[in-house]
Amino acid sequence: MLEIEIDGKKLTVPQGSTVMDAAHSVGTYIPHFCYHKKLSIAANCRMCLVEVEKAPKPLPACATPVTDGMKVHTHSDMAKKAQAGVMEFLLINHPLDCPICDQGGECQLQDLAVGYGNSSSRYQEEKRSVVGKDMGPLVSAEEMSRCIHCTRCVRFTEEIGGFQEIGMANRSEFSEIMPYLGKTVNSEISGNVIDLCPVGALTSKPFRYSTRAWELSRRKSVSPHDGLGSNLVVQVKSNEVMRVLPLENEAINECWIADRDRFSYEGLNSAERLQKPMIKFDGKWHETDWETALAYVVKGLNGVSADHGKDAIGFLTSPHSTTEELYLAQKLARAFGVNNIDYRLRRSDFSADAAQQGAQWLGSSIAELTAAKSILVVGSTQRKEQPLLASHLRQAVKKGSALNVIHVAGDTLLTAVNAKLIVSPLALVNALAQVLKAVVEIKSAQTAVDLAAVVVGAEAQAIAASLTGAESAAIVLGNVAQHHPAFAQLLKLAQEISALTGARFGLLAEAANSTGAELVGALPHRAAFGAAATAGLNAAAMIAAPRKAYFLLNTEVEFDSYNPQAAVAAMKQAATVIALTAYKGAGLLDYADVLLPIAPFSETAGSFVNMEGKLQSFNGVVRPLGETRPAWKVLRVLGNMLGLTGFEQNSAEEVRAELLAKGSIESAFNNALGDVAINAAVTTGLVRIGEVPLYQADAICRRAQSLQQTADATAPVARAHSSLLARLNVAAGKEGLLRQGSGELKVLVEADDSLPADTVRLATAHPLTVGLGGMFDSIELTQG
Amino acid sequence: MAVFVNGVIFDGIDTSAQDCWKLEAYVARGGYQALRRIIESKMAQEDVIAEVKNSGLRGRGGAGFPTGLKWSFMPRSFPGDKYVVCNTDEGEPGTFKDRDILRFNPHALIEGMIIAGYAMGTKAGYNYIHGEIFEEYELFEAALDEARQAGFLGNNILGSDFSFDLFAHHGYGAYICGEETALLESLEGKKGQPRFKPPFPASFGLYGKPTTINNTESFASVPFIIRDGAAKFLEAGKPNNGGTKLFSVSGHVNRPGNYEIPLGTPFSVLLEMAGGMRDGKKLKAVIPGGSSAPILPGDVMMQCTMDYDSIAKAGSMLGSGAVIVMNEDVCMVKALERLAYFYHEESCGQCTPCREGTGWLYKVIHRIAQGEGRPGDLELLDSVGNNMAGRTICALADAAVFPVRSFTKHFRNEFEYLIEHKKPLVDHKWC
Amino acid sequence: MLSAQSLAAIDREVAKYPADQKRSAVMGALRIALVERREAGKTPEERCLNTEVIEFVANYLQIPPVAAYEVATFYNMYDMKPVGQYKITVCTNLPCALSGGVNAAEYISKKLGIAIGETSADGKYTLLEGECMGACGDAPVLLVNNHKMCSFMTPEAIDKKLAELN
Repeated sequence: MLEIEIDGKKLTVPQGSTVMDAAHSVGTYIPHFCYHKKLSIAANCRMCLVEVEKAPKPLPACATPVTDGMKVHTHSDMAKKAQAGVMEFLLINHPLDCPICDQGGECQLQDLAVGYGNSSSRYQEEKRSVVGKDMGPLVSAEEMSRCIHCTRCVRFTEEIGGFQEIGMANRSEFSEIMPYLGKTVNSEISGNVIDLCPVGALTSKPFRYSTRAWELSRRKSVSPHDGLGSNLVVQVKSNEVMRVLPLENEAINECWIADRDRFSYEGLNSAERLQKPMIKFDGKWHETDWETALAYVVKGLNGVSADHGKDAIGFLTSPHSTTEELYLAQKLARAFGVNNIDYRLRRSDFSADAAQQGAQWLGSSIAELTAAKSILVVGSTQRKEQPLLASHLRQAVKKGSALNVIHVAGDTLLTAVNAKLIVSPLALVNALAQVLKAVVEIKSAQTAVDLAAVVVGAEAQAIAASLTGAESAAIVLGNVAQHHPAFAQLLKLAQEISALTGARFGLLAEAANSTGAELVGALPHRAAFGAAATAGLNAAAMIAAPRKAYFLLNTEVEFDSYNPQAAVAAMKQAATVIALTAYKGAGLLDYADVLLPIAPFSETAGSFVNMEGKLQSFNGVVRPLGETRPAWKVLRVLGNMLGLTGFEQNSAEEVRAELLAKGSIESAFNNALGDVAINAAVTTGLVRIGEVPLYQADAICRRAQSLQQTADATAPVARAHSSLLARLNVAAGKEGLLRQGSGELKVLVEADDSLPADTVRLATAHPLTVGLGGMFDSIELTQG
Repeated sequence: MAVFVNGVIFDGIDTSAQDCWKLEAYVARGGYQALRRIIESKMAQEDVIAEVKNSGLRGRGGAGFPTGLKWSFMPRSFPGDKYVVCNTDEGEPGTFKDRDILRFNPHALIEGMIIAGYAMGTKAGYNYIHGEIFEEYELFEAALDEARQAGFLGNNILGSDFSFDLFAHHGYGAYICGEETALLESLEGKKGQPRFKPPFPASFGLYGKPTTINNTESFASVPFIIRDGAAKFLEAGKPNNGGTKLFSVSGHVNRPGNYEIPLGTPFSVLLEMAGGMRDGKKLKAVIPGGSSAPILPGDVMMQCTMDYDSIAKAGSMLGSGAVIVMNEDVCMVKALERLAYFYHEESCGQCTPCREGTGWLYKVIHRIAQGEGRPGDLELLDSVGNNMAGRTICALADAAVFPVRSFTKHFRNEFEYLIEHKKPLVDHKWC
Repeated sequence: MLSAQSLAAIDREVAKYPADQKRSAVMGALRIALVERREAGKTPEERCLNTEVIEFVANYLQIPPVAAYEVATFYNMYDMKPVGQYKITVCTNLPCALSGGVNAAEYISKKLGIAIGETSADGKYTLLEGECMGACGDAPVLLVNNHKMCSFMTPEAIDKKLAELN
């Protein structure tokens, strides 16, 4: 520990602290622009100059290491003169356009100029003007004359984003911040540069000119997208969400959020929002009142039940719904006598349901995952599934963790990968089995799994060595693994490896509340907190053996299902499709016959349980739009109207209290499986790699216009290894014909030699590809 | 034009001979004897460093830091990679000595760097060469090939277990890369933006590894020191100012060129060597240590001897030994304007005071030179300069401010006259 | 995008640095790319670096394109603007000015009929003002196409040089 005195205050700080760190720890504010606690130290703005006794000139607090006995003055004459001098330099070329600047009211330069600047300028020369830059649809760089060259944005893209997309070109006073000419900034977490920019140079393009910062009220919320559970500040004006910013939570999202978290709010204000209940009759949609609509629903459910039995009804729910909604949905279904309920619409393998021993989760805290010295990620297109967690993993690598990958595509992770095994989906089980076999050999251990036919390759060997050699390890399964037709085997293999290595193992929860859905039993085989349930049909079975009635909670089955072709066909043959939805999407308008407008996360109280099992509750930030109602209320009223007991809750909090009384969250999780047969043989054939695009994952982001203009939202193309294209006689760069089941599609084909042979990578969950079949099923490709 | 008196670096060299740079010629002049002796006698690393310390050699790049002391900072026992780096990014206006070393005597530099590598236990070195002297860069590469072929570079040098290789890296037009940490950044393939120190290169240098950086002339002096002994080198100069020094004389003299003379030689003698004032004009002013050094009036300069201490006492610095001589026809406002333009162009742009301040200084001086000066401009220049100097990562801001301060101090009347009368006091002629 | 010869030259640059420090070769690689474009280019636009070639170099060295662009724009010998077949850069810094640097630039300007910073209409010459080249003792000095330094450029020497280039 070192002793230091700051403005007469004595304190001790750990070795390696800077003067800035020390000042922060005693609450002394030192003005700064380029310094940011999560970025490398640039020491270029010079605003944080302070006087250090015995130093002949002022020193930057951000970069000056504390030495024992150091005495620092942040307000002495020397310090004040230095700070005022820097402020003058920052302002001489800064435009005087604060009244029309979007940053007005939340501008660090404006704030500090009040304290450290002069009221008039000595600079009589012409001010510099810098042309605006195009950084893409999210980040506006129109007014670069405002830039003060702190390089926070540059450092962010390089250090946190993982790839330098912004640079400072030229030199001297002609230095300019810019993306590569002709390129946009495409990081999945690019919007953070807006928060980092201390002036109005980089601003939010969707938010620009819409309102002034001081007119907004700030409300806390939680991201409804991926399983990380990023904390949000939602800013609201006149009952409309105007902007979303990160709420700092060091254990979850630090001070960042992904672009999906930040910009999807545009979907909340979409013209496609359903504002009144609607019923379809005579082939036409009619707006109606709640009473009529609810009566229609009750009649439909009772009718199908009477004619075909309760088993003819299926409940399909969404892992983007709140815990309270999912709890009530399964309660309603079960109380009504329907056991067919599931949230896992994109899963294809339910063979482990019977072997499941608890709710599935990450298997550790997020902090424990990123602190693991060896991490194996199985079946995850990390940056597109969990954009911010992917950045956390990159930071883990920087801190010395070994990142290992088993996946179906060799996408760059923008970080060093220790070992990676890229195989066809048909060989994914074999790949993980190789690792298990190598671990067994290294540990001279035993396993019940039959691995006789498995041949261990060099990469699997390296992964096994990494997992066994590390003092802490973790194995996590991503979306591709979870949606994979052999998910149960993958999870079981992870469990076996874990048993031998001590590694934690679990799932990277796909959605904001996948873990919550597990917990409250929106499942056909388990009720809330693992309570026994009369077995019903799982999501795939409800589609494979179509029901007479479907009750859809917050889902668009054409985008949310493993096999959209089959799902839509099932909907179309049903007598009634009841949809509780925030949007009147084209699919629902086609196959549903009643639409009940429910509140998205911003308009209801509720909670999400993130991948690490942390329940985070929130309140609505705006009133429900039009006649929209929170889904928990709709479900409660339906319970009343169906004459069921246990539907007397008066608030989301009451629902939450009821469900939380059923068990303890901490003890509800258990990823261990009972018996699962492993078949590590590799079958051959051409299969699809059908992932969900970043901005098609849920109903809200699908309708966020600006996100839909990004590079990640470009229309899907089919990618395949050039050797496969040659064998199939299909030309790259031209349209090819893809066929799955009854569906076919002409789409641009591109060669991609980072893919395993015998795979065609073509996104699912997109309007273009909804006619096709299963995400990882066989597919045909011809020139057509 | 190059005249060498009592040469160390240019010991016995005939610069008019076409092949004087070649290995054969260098060996004939006694080259590589020092290296051979070190290796054959298995001289201890600390003894090599002690010898350099004892020679009184001070860094010839401008700062004058004792070279042997710098070498002793290198963590010799550090197990990983370490580097020696030579700074031949000579771009300080007025300085042109290193180009002559490269084109006339590159092997002295190569041998000096190999010895440095030996003394500090490094396996690799780089010479960073100013982009504008590209022919010398190519010639240096040819000299490296010669040295490699002769077994002076590479694995197991002269059959010993000492291995060292050396590579040339060229700049491409950025004065700031003469600053050692900017040079390292540039060598890493980045913009030449100086690093904040600490950490210093000795602990965190090239690629984050311990690194020692010296000027071309410093390295090139080492073979002589080892071969002929520290004492002989020291004797060539004066106490605390050991050895000879290359002075690059430019401007209004009859014979601009490099002069290798003992430190402590009177300026008047150097001026005479350079052929005296061109066209018999009167000496007006001298910048004694490159454009960043404060300017001194001619009469002050005539009282100085050419060494670190004497020039410092007169209020300037010896710097890199670049002596810019100006006659009575030079308008000091015009001269300063050109220097201010240079620093404005060459600021790397990272630190606020330098990025903004160099532009501000230039614009005001330019305005004054155009006859558009305003009362208060000189005070403004002074104040802006005060807000720049000592407030930035590297010394470029200071370098930009020193000329402004010294020109406006020693030749204030010319500035005041121009501001007041909108026309210059001196009918300016560049030459 | 670049010739086999240029790529081989870039590979030689890469070989100077540790295997994990290919980025160090970016200055050499951009210089090699520029030389190839200058020699192959038929118009001023074709002789300078452009975004395609910078991106190619960046990808070749596996660095972000914007990082290579930073380098190309930071160092002022990389031609980022259209440039004549012969780029003449005259040092006009103070020491050179005192020995005729400014006069030399003015002389060339008059002789070629182009101002400093301009390219002749036939695309043959570009005249630029340069900063210190480290050869003040040889003033006036100029560079032809970055790499050829010409010393003591009196009007007569300039006449001779221009005749040679012609």
